[in-house]
Amino acid sequence: MARVLLFGRLADLAGWRERRIEADSLVSLRSAISAADPDLGEALQGPSVQVALDKVLVRGDRTLGPDAEVAFLPPMSGG
Amino acid sequence: MSVTLQTEPFDPGELLSAFCQGRRETGGICSFTGLARAEAGQTRLLTLEAYPGFTDAAIAAMAQAAALRFDLQDWRIVHRVGPISPGEAIVFVATAAAHRRAAFEACDHLMDWLKSRAPFWKQEQGPAGSRWIEPTSQDLADASRWDRAAD
Repeated sequence: MARVLLFGRLADLAGWRERRIEADSLVSLRSAISAADPDLGEALQGPSVQVALDKVLVRGDRTLGPDAEVAFLPPMSGG
Repeated sequence: MSVTLQTEPFDPGELLSAFCQGRRETGGICSFTGLARAEAGQTRLLTLEAYPGFTDAAIAAMAQAAALRFDLQDWRIVHRVGPISPGEAIVFVATAAAHRRAAFEACDHLMDWLKSRAPFWKQEQGPAGSRWIEPTSQDLADASRWDRAAD
């Protein structure tokens, strides 16, 4: 089960900030999220949304281990 | 050389005093304290969201790079997260160097980066509700000064 974290407007849109979701890759995770919440799935595809796997920014697909932490990061505002 | 993200308010004077302690080879310390503005009543509360372990690591990496670039002896960054009321301090940055120019420039540079590129998500709550905000064009222009300077 991947631990999925949402920040900023993505968390508002989803109505949750943290959730455990069964997925073995980022692609399958996105599919699972889209199936449950198409609006959120679409928002996560936006070009301005970055993905961090275990607190490191990644692009494209990645395999997810059982303790993977995946964070979807909307545009950062600065402090 | 440390970064702290905290929900509790902080006293910038205490932080600066602590940072100045025990220095025999430092010629200059520069500090900056950023406060939350009320924006003439338009902002009642500011809420900053961070990603613990990611946000602090990004800030530390950036500050380490700045320390090399400006030949800093030391730096300290404290940033509030969570709800912040107008008038409260949001951010404290201090830099120590052998000579003042490096301390001034590094502090300016760190603040420009923190304001525009640090991984925070900022929400303003005002009379018309709440909204997520992104860096202003001025913030981005301020930060880009240093990109050119690095060429």
